[in-house]
Amino acid sequence: MAFQTNSKLVKWIDYRLPIFTMAQHSLIEYPTPKNLSYLWNFGSLAGIVLVIQIVTGIVLAMHYTPHIDFAFASVEHIMRDVNYGWLLRYMHANGASAFFFVVYIHIFRGFYYGSYKSPREVLWFLGILILLVMMATAFMGYVLPWGQMSYWGATVITNLFSAIPVVGEHIVTWLWGGYSIGNPTLNRFFSLHYLLPFVLVGLVMLHLMALHQHGSNNPLGIDRKGPQDSIPFHPYYTVKDLFGLMVFLVVFSILMFYFPNALGEPDNYIPANPLVTPAHIVPEWYLLPFYAILRSVPDKLGGVLLMFSSIFILFLLPWLDTSPVRSGRFRPLFKQFFLIFIIDCCVLLVVGANPPEGMFKIVGRIATAYYFIHFLIILPLVGWFERPRPLPQSISEPVLGAGAAPSPAPAREKA
Amino acid sequence: MTTITKDGGASDTKSRRDFLYVAASAFGAVGAAAAIWPFINQMNPSADVLALSSTEVDLAPIAAGMIVTVVWRGKPVFISHRTAKEISEAQNAKMSDLLDPQADADRVQKPEWLVVVGVCTHLGCVPLGHQGNFDGWFCPCHGSQYDTSGRVRVGPAPANLPVPPYAFLTDTKIRIG
Repeated sequence: MAFQTNSKLVKWIDYRLPIFTMAQHSLIEYPTPKNLSYLWNFGSLAGIVLVIQIVTGIVLAMHYTPHIDFAFASVEHIMRDVNYGWLLRYMHANGASAFFFVVYIHIFRGFYYGSYKSPREVLWFLGILILLVMMATAFMGYVLPWGQMSYWGATVITNLFSAIPVVGEHIVTWLWGGYSIGNPTLNRFFSLHYLLPFVLVGLVMLHLMALHQHGSNNPLGIDRKGPQDSIPFHPYYTVKDLFGLMVFLVVFSILMFYFPNALGEPDNYIPANPLVTPAHIVPEWYLLPFYAILRSVPDKLGGVLLMFSSIFILFLLPWLDTSPVRSGRFRPLFKQFFLIFIIDCCVLLVVGANPPEGMFKIVGRIATAYYFIHFLIILPLVGWFERPRPLPQSISEPVLGAGAAPSPAPAREKA
Repeated sequence: MTTITKDGGASDTKSRRDFLYVAASAFGAVGAAAAIWPFINQMNPSADVLALSSTEVDLAPIAAGMIVTVVWRGKPVFISHRTAKEISEAQNAKMSDLLDPQADADRVQKPEWLVVVGVCTHLGCVPLGHQGNFDGWFCPCHGSQYDTSGRVRVGPAPANLPVPPYAFLTDTKIRIG
């Protein structure tokens, strides 16, 4: 249905710049599977958190000074002197955590319902790129307050590149703009931390373009057979997304107002000291699993390679998962391995938060090995040997019952 | 989207729905405004800037005939220790000669001490002291002239140099702001 209006002005603009037609097409009548669960809220939620991060970030940049002598003091100035500065900074710092939390749920939703499978591979790749840019942005943002964790986190992460044979040391010097982390490093990190969120916006646009090409996957993982399987995005999913947003904002407000430093490291309230490393260095929680993988390899280059592989392996996921069935709901074996995989990621997170000694060292190695075994061995084999449960004929069928669309084998609700 | 209930009837449902729309929108608008306010207010002067909004000046070293410039809120403030001649010039000026008539007595707390903000009321330049035809100030930007009471005598400036709020803490000490 084309866009209709009685307003002459709107018609005049729309004829020259079809923004109203576009909004109508992709936000209002956009046909969406009618069975999306609340797990499908996290995409739009991630987009909203990105906007919160950009708005608070632009405002914080009005008061922050990217210089090693003033950075720490300017952050304290924001906390104490600037009107509502404490609120804006806590929103931004906890917003980063919230962003990763929301995005991780979004990704695991994709894992479970096979959202990476044909024809959504490029959509999945763009998502991985978004995750990588998010990580770079979050890391550089964490350096800006110029506390102890900022400084030493920056030292450790940039030194990852020194593991590259031959040119590694030169690359690190180039990244630093000197022979140690210093003012040039802080300045370029600030510049890039300001730039990358807009790169993210661009990637999100492409992600949405790819999404709207074939539409959302759904909990059943089957394609829509016709218009009877779709409902318009507005009002059904605008309202559902809005409700999810309200719930998110309540949880986020509790975190931000009552436990604003719960996810932070107290050491970052000590100004950076290039001569003393804190006793126990940890990244922010959302990077801990990757940090655990890095540390579980006794070899410098090996650890770095394995850590980057843990993300790059996701690019192969559409081909590693050999099952023709998308949704984990109809995959009894995959379902169990998926649960183990979630537990494995949580174990890696806990290991990453603890010093690499004794038990943690061993558990970390096992969990790291299992992470790769899951992708490289279990997924291809499960897809091969598993016997999926029968798929429903259409999205409407499980809702309306078998009578709506005659089918020989209706899916049972419980496995 | 219209819903027709069995017991209510269409019109009743519609008015309830309208009420819900209005109530929810109003609630949302208030919430949005409250959320936007910190983002606007953060650009107002911060606590450390407000803390600099008063300046204390020791008058003892300022001899008669001297003008000193102090900084208050990032702007220059002229403190003129006026001579007897300057005071009489200021007090005896005819109101009809003034562009922005104001008696000298209304501009000073003690006749020897004139305290004015040293920003030309035309476009914000800092006028030069003891210059111009009225023994007061002359603005180098567009030629405005002020007399020994800081009153504008020749345009284009539209108004007198403003007198900041100040108080004598002792006979030789004032606090501006």
